[in-house]
Amino acid sequence: MIRKEMIAMLLAGGQGSRLGVLTANVAKPAVAFGGKYRIIDFPLSNCINSGIDTVGVLIQYQPLRLNTHIGIGIPWDLDRNHGGVTILSPYEKSDSSEWYTGTANAIYQNLSYMDSYNPEYVLILSGDHIYKMDYEVMLDFHKENNADVTIAAMPVPMEEASRFGIVITDEDRRIMEFEEKPENPRSNLASMGIYIFSWPVLREALIAMKDQSNCDFGMHIIPYCHEKQQRMFAYEYNGYWKDVGTLGSYWEANMELVDLIPEFNLYEEYWKIYTKTDNVEPQYLSADAVIEKSIIGEGTEVYGEVHNSVIGAGVIIGKGTVVRDSIIMKDTVLGDNCIVDKAIIAEGCEIGDSVEIGIGEEVPSKLSEKIYCFGLATIGENSYIPAKVKIGKNTAISGVTEASDYPEGILAGGEYIIKAGDSK
Amino acid sequence: MKALGIILAGGNNNRMQELTSRRAISAMPIGGSYRCIDFALSNMSNSHIHTVAVLTQYNARSLNEHLSSSKWWDFGRKQGGLYTFTPTVTAANSYWYRGTADAMYQNLDFLKRRHEPYVIITSGDCVYKGDYNQLLDYHIAKKADITVVCKDMPAGTDVSRYGVVRMNEDFRIIEFEEKPMIASSNTVSTGIYIIRRRQLIEMLERCADEERHDFVTDILIRYKNLKRIYGYKMESYWSNIASVESYYQTNMDFLKPEVRKFFFRDEPKIATKVDDLPPAKYNVGSDVRNSLVASGCIINSKVENSILFKKVFVGKNCVIKNSIILNDVYIGDNTHIENCIVESRNTLRANTYYCGDNGVKVIREDVDRYTVM
Repeated sequence: MIRKEMIAMLLAGGQGSRLGVLTANVAKPAVAFGGKYRIIDFPLSNCINSGIDTVGVLIQYQPLRLNTHIGIGIPWDLDRNHGGVTILSPYEKSDSSEWYTGTANAIYQNLSYMDSYNPEYVLILSGDHIYKMDYEVMLDFHKENNADVTIAAMPVPMEEASRFGIVITDEDRRIMEFEEKPENPRSNLASMGIYIFSWPVLREALIAMKDQSNCDFGMHIIPYCHEKQQRMFAYEYNGYWKDVGTLGSYWEANMELVDLIPEFNLYEEYWKIYTKTDNVEPQYLSADAVIEKSIIGEGTEVYGEVHNSVIGAGVIIGKGTVVRDSIIMKDTVLGDNCIVDKAIIAEGCEIGDSVEIGIGEEVPSKLSEKIYCFGLATIGENSYIPAKVKIGKNTAISGVTEASDYPEGILAGGEYIIKAGDSK
Repeated sequence: MKALGIILAGGNNNRMQELTSRRAISAMPIGGSYRCIDFALSNMSNSHIHTVAVLTQYNARSLNEHLSSSKWWDFGRKQGGLYTFTPTVTAANSYWYRGTADAMYQNLDFLKRRHEPYVIITSGDCVYKGDYNQLLDYHIAKKADITVVCKDMPAGTDVSRYGVVRMNEDFRIIEFEEKPMIASSNTVSTGIYIIRRRQLIEMLERCADEERHDFVTDILIRYKNLKRIYGYKMESYWSNIASVESYYQTNMDFLKPEVRKFFFRDEPKIATKVDDLPPAKYNVGSDVRNSLVASGCIINSKVENSILFKKVFVGKNCVIKNSIILNDVYIGDNTHIENCIVESRNTLRANTYYCGDNGVKVIREDVDRYTVM
């Protein structure tokens, strides 16, 4: 067998709880993005575009959607005789059984997967960022510096630096110090959670730290390597990179795609993003359709108006319905004469006729002020909303709701309806 | 299913004008996202036929490219698969396919080595959706030797370009005329047949002995009184692409809600090669009405009653009306296009005017495109 120079380990097990009802039943990397993609498509496409054909995807939280999406990797050309994509879920061992308790712990539990390829380098990725990056260039940088560990880092505004893991480097980009979420940051180079390790170095570190509880790359492995005076370098990245961890940043990143020439351009030929395509048919815009500043997925039918929105595949937007500043995902059906203002509606929802979403003033959410803010109305997948109800801002809905769930036909701003366990 | 499939995709028709100067009819783009042959292939796959042979000859590059992987139609299997047969020179034969029967005869070894008891023969230039299992049940129930799928054309249709059939009350075909000047009925053959494999082999061998090459005239018409040849009436949508007009009309049919529902929403779905294009994008200034738009398009102006295939770019202040824009066309600003079919991979300069005044006009400009990478 030909030895793989570098294999990738893609961490896709997180829930992404700050996406609220969007990740109630799916892992964050499987959340839809940009009208036809899922978040994990970006790192997976980056891998194949960078010439990496062996990717282990570590999953844990709600894996069904991820599993069906990835399959044997056909959309990314990752169906290989040797290598390809492998789904790595937590498993029972003869003397213990535990979930993945941290990013590095998850990788440690799959030591035998990496051993079976015995690569020269291992690339650690996370499955929840939107960006295009050539990992091969990063690997060249790693090799040029004869590095043991290379961390991809990007400059962030100084005032935001305390939210990130910050690296402090010398003029050769060698990392002198590493600070996790420092109060008084001394640099603005933030770690992007993308690491290249020389395989023996990673292997040694994982085994040395195996008893560390919740073993994490940023918290434990990187400081351990630093302590051992390994050659650590920061690879500066200046392209588009977006953490879509909150509803606000997720919404913003989608909205940026409708700009005339978006900063993150999906229409470039030379760095395609691949995804599993379920719908192939063209979209239909009726004689009454009005559509402007939007992107729309395959097979969607628009009979109403769409402004400044991202619409997924197979959606139906009824007659007289006006959608503004919203994200509507795959296979959702909007009835006639609805008004949808600044909402995120997940996959497979059914919205009755004359529903108004996003009315009134912004009121802090009663469910979670931290999650449901930004003035967004968020509706989880496979929800049903009866006709003629009105829904305020900072609201959350999940499940099959009935007219009686809406006092006087209104779900006021900041309120929520979470119906557990049922679907349409 | 107990049948293998043969798709005849080798033909050309000069009434397609320059549209087929670059590709076979079977590779013509249809309905925004598809190629003509996707319909036959998907019907086969959806009917659980695992082995399909595509016989190509004329201008097959584009078609072969489309068929380069069989995975889109789920034919990438150990059992069966998708085979593309072009004419080859052998010790016994150095001819092109001289007709539909000859095309099958030249691949007789393939037919002989298979084990499926029945063969479904269809052509790659028809747009339809159907379950061949129903056809097989009918074929067996009628104890037929050959069953021909027929379609009643609306009254007043010029059927002189079809094979016209007349059946008795038991649906046995009693009259079959190929492209008659004056037709005796408005029931036409769709070019879809089912026949027992051994029967087909025997008939093809006999035909070849007599230097006959055409399946319709030399088998169906000659044998119609000897063998039990039955007609099976197809009620759902069917259209044959044979001329610029029929190509234009078939595409425009997809703007009708019932046709769209039948092909796009009702199961089973038609599959096609996936191109990994981003979603369609509508910028400020776009005004798109009663139109189909495929993925990868970027639109900046007015589009009405039209079909935009994949990856079409429409500049500012354009008007596109009653037109079909094929794959990967760049349309510069202030361009007016009406009643036209714009050939794929075209670049239309800004400030130009195209209008098909007497019927549909096919536009093909050979302008170099400069792309900034």
